[in-house]
Amino acid sequence: MKLPTKEKWLWLVPLIAVLLLWEFTAGYVIKNPLMLPRFSAVIFSIYALRNVLIADTLISLLHFGIGLALAFAAAIPLAIGMGWSRNIFKAIDPIIEILRPIPPLAWIPIAMIWFHLTHYAAGFIIFIGAFFPILIDSYTGFRDVPKVLVETGKVLGCISDKKQIKYIAFPYALPSIATGTRVGMGVGWMCVVAAEMFGVSDSGLGYRLFQKFYFLHQMDYVVAYMLVLGLVALCLDRLFRHFVEDKLFKWKKGIVK
Amino acid sequence: MNHKLEIRNLTKMFSTEEGEMAALEDISIEVTPAEFLCIIGPSGCGKTTLLRMVAGLDHPSSGKIILDGKEVKRPSPDRGMVFQEFSLFPWRTVLKNVEFGLEIKGVGDKARREIAEKYIELVGLQGFENHYPYELSGGMKQRVAIARALATEPAILLMDEPFGSVDAQTRNILQEELLRIWKRTEKTILFVTHSVDEAVYLADRVAVMSSRPGCLVKCLDIDIPRPRKRTSVEVNEFREKLLMLLSLERSKACISV
Repeated sequence: MKLPTKEKWLWLVPLIAVLLLWEFTAGYVIKNPLMLPRFSAVIFSIYALRNVLIADTLISLLHFGIGLALAFAAAIPLAIGMGWSRNIFKAIDPIIEILRPIPPLAWIPIAMIWFHLTHYAAGFIIFIGAFFPILIDSYTGFRDVPKVLVETGKVLGCISDKKQIKYIAFPYALPSIATGTRVGMGVGWMCVVAAEMFGVSDSGLGYRLFQKFYFLHQMDYVVAYMLVLGLVALCLDRLFRHFVEDKLFKWKKGIVK
Repeated sequence: MNHKLEIRNLTKMFSTEEGEMAALEDISIEVTPAEFLCIIGPSGCGKTTLLRMVAGLDHPSSGKIILDGKEVKRPSPDRGMVFQEFSLFPWRTVLKNVEFGLEIKGVGDKARREIAEKYIELVGLQGFENHYPYELSGGMKQRVAIARALATEPAILLMDEPFGSVDAQTRNILQEELLRIWKRTEKTILFVTHSVDEAVYLADRVAVMSSRPGCLVKCLDIDIPRPRKRTSVEVNEFREKLLMLLSLERSKACISV
């Protein structure tokens, strides 16, 4: 997308304004770094923590990767079944709807008993968080394939369910799968922090933030890690949009944009 | 005379709350090779159901459909179908849409591209190969659907009010184009419509149906030489005959042929 230079940089103005406001309020109004550390102090903390921060980020991304990959691998086959067959949907939906409202954090005790202090324990919590958004958006995609497209496929030789899914339902559902994955990534990343914070892990961004920095009331470090959490999620989302949505869904332009 | 398509004593029952109801009753028609047959009738007379059964998308309760000596049991690319609704695969370009049936058949890349190009040219869409459906007008979409249905070289082309959702001007143009394509390919065409004008302009023969239960009232040979003039006296005579038959149908019970 081409924007005039002026519009391209428009987002910078409010951002700088908010940061200045933060710096000023923390430094001259609140004057208590425990309540609110200054922005400059937080930036300095990020610099001071750079080594441990990179290691923690990588650990958290590992947890995230494990959870997301498992969620995707489990949700897609189930979504195909539930979206394509009314009977499978009827059989499985009640189970899904009982499990879905359980907050991922409520699974922490189970995760600890099952997986102890391994990466899989944190990965499991992320799996729980990412699984349901991916599943629900994806099966909606498979379920909503227009009848006329399926019948067109049949007339053109897609007789078996396998072919109909491969050539018609799957491409049709891809945008929904992508949306679900994007939402699942968001929820999953929130679960990373929470899982690590509450002791499913002895490393990672959330662990350090809560168990180390907050414990010592090093609030500038805490806020520094919070900022990093936000930035990593932003990067993940942008990368996903760049590589998946923009590249794959040229054909959707006319419909959604 | 040998028949391309033979419909023998076809009956279709639907179950409703009040019990079994006949949607189609004892329909028998023979279609000769390269014939252009229009099926016309009031809405709800089951003309679309009839066409869908020939396509193999619906199954008759009794009776037989025989194409080239073989009984029709299920959909197959030897019967091309063009639907009333837009039925292009939105994630595929024009070229990929036209190639679809060949791809399913397992035709190699190069060969199917060649065939697809040929049919794209036939419907006058060269230059639009790499466009996505959302970039096309309604008339163009139906041209692609025709090219796609022809690409697998079906024995018969089934068309279910294919020009029902385009504007009147485009409709006239598409009708002329269809006649040109029909002459070039020498296909047998079964064309469902509710428009008397369309039937008289296009068909060699018009089959008139009545509603509830749908049965065949009369077959009318339209022996006007082509190109036909939409406003000529002969055309108007046929239109009047057909309109009479249709209005009679509304006030009279079903007569067997």
